[in-house]
Amino acid sequence: MQDKFFEISQLGEKAILIDFLEKEKKLELETILFYRNLLEDKLFESKVDVISAFDSISIIYHTTIENVYNEFSVIKLLLSKANIDKKNDYKIFQVPVCYHQEFAHDLSEIASAKGITESEIMAAHCSAIYQINLIGFLPGFLYMKGLDKRLHFPRKKTPRKLVEKGSVGIAENQCGIYPNNSPGGWQILGRSPLIFFDKNCVPPTPFSAGDKIQFYKVTKTEFHKIEKSVSSNDFILKWEYENR
Amino acid sequence: MKTGKISIITPGIFSTIQDSGRFGFKKYGVPVSGAMDHYAFRMVNLILGNQQDHAVMEITMAGPVLQFSKSTRICFCGGDFDLQLNDLKVAPNEVIQIQENDIFKIGRSKQGFRGYLGISGGFQSETVLNSKSMYEGLTDEFRLSKNTSLAFNAENPSFENNYSSVRFDDRYLADKYIPAYPGPEFSKLSKFQQLKIYETEFSLAASSNRMAIQFEGNFENDLKGISSAPVIPGTVQLIPSGKLFVLGKDCQTTGGYPRVLQLSEYAFHVIAQKAPANLIQFKRLDYKN
Repeated sequence: MQDKFFEISQLGEKAILIDFLEKEKKLELETILFYRNLLEDKLFESKVDVISAFDSISIIYHTTIENVYNEFSVIKLLLSKANIDKKNDYKIFQVPVCYHQEFAHDLSEIASAKGITESEIMAAHCSAIYQINLIGFLPGFLYMKGLDKRLHFPRKKTPRKLVEKGSVGIAENQCGIYPNNSPGGWQILGRSPLIFFDKNCVPPTPFSAGDKIQFYKVTKTEFHKIEKSVSSNDFILKWEYENR
Repeated sequence: MKTGKISIITPGIFSTIQDSGRFGFKKYGVPVSGAMDHYAFRMVNLILGNQQDHAVMEITMAGPVLQFSKSTRICFCGGDFDLQLNDLKVAPNEVIQIQENDIFKIGRSKQGFRGYLGISGGFQSETVLNSKSMYEGLTDEFRLSKNTSLAFNAENPSFENNYSSVRFDDRYLADKYIPAYPGPEFSKLSKFQQLKIYETEFSLAASSNRMAIQFEGNFENDLKGISSAPVIPGTVQLIPSGKLFVLGKDCQTTGGYPRVLQLSEYAFHVIAQKAPANLIQFKRLDYKN
């Protein structure tokens, strides 16, 4: 089944796949997220998980889809009637990060490989506004775009056995945050004292795909102070809507 | 509530608590998890008169030895495992009455790979994001160990079993064929490879787990990676090196490898019961449109 800007198909007996066809125009993240949020909103009662990726979305049902044609037509109608000009309003979060050598395992290596100073890296890393592309790989792991071109750097050849919780890293053109201790191959620039994934909260993270993050630099003393207030629930994560 | 406790004398090779899984959290990178063989999971609860999503114990290859502190009712479905209650052989697929201090031993599987132990009212273990399914990094424990404290509701009414007519049909355990639809990138395979993937016998690799089932040998192909796209349990990915992965219940939500096949729900039950070195063959299934 084909429509003018998307193709809709089955993915097994419990899921529907929507492939967007505007590939030559390079779909913007905003557009995909707009459709994702719309589907999640409108299909709320069908109890579905809606997953967005680069240029496709999947709708995953909890049980076998009984009448797939019915679902196809509901989705087609939703997508073709959608007013794409009505963009989502995303949050911008202010996230503290400490670049102290105790946390910034790869900062000096990147600085010497690039021939720039560590301070220049920190300044470039803090001045950008990142947008969350995707949460995945680990529960709560944030994949973000918006990394300054001067900081693009490949993953580590051999992944570390342990990357500490809160570590802020880069890989190619992306910036990422490890929500928990994990093996990992990203180049680590620093660490944030915040909790990025709390399994005892619903939702488990304040961040959603599309939201934006701006880092601000804190000293090691401030890092520990914030860490303490986070654990006693006194820390207030600052954020505002982008367009309000 | 009168709570019963289960002492885990030995934990078995890889035993976990599973229910129907976590829904609504995929967008935060949380896998669905849940019982790999959903048919056996559903049947064990049905036979016990439990709710369909009550938590059960998923046993892999060889099972644990358990001691119950209170009387209750249990049932075992799935693979064909040796079952002993106080050293006497007992039958699967029917309700087993447990008395205080009874010892239940689950041996090795003779056929099938995963078994499901249900208990009246379901196992009472840690609930994280609305599910008791164990998952590393999410639940405090991701597999049962000697130190796991596992509780059950001993006050549950031991009403007469109304489900005695429910029969566990174990024929799928012997099935070699894995019905699979062409996946989103199937058409990128050559005509020859499209036929070959359904004609090749694949042998399960020992590295298979709840994240992905893997196979020995390589399936030659020249497919390139794709931009990150949605995947679900039962998606078959083809890695450039030729490795095939059938994604399991603990798989992530997106992936960058071509999705050449997608298993049917039935096929997922079948493959969940395959042990390393078992042979399988994909069987083409097409959508009715």
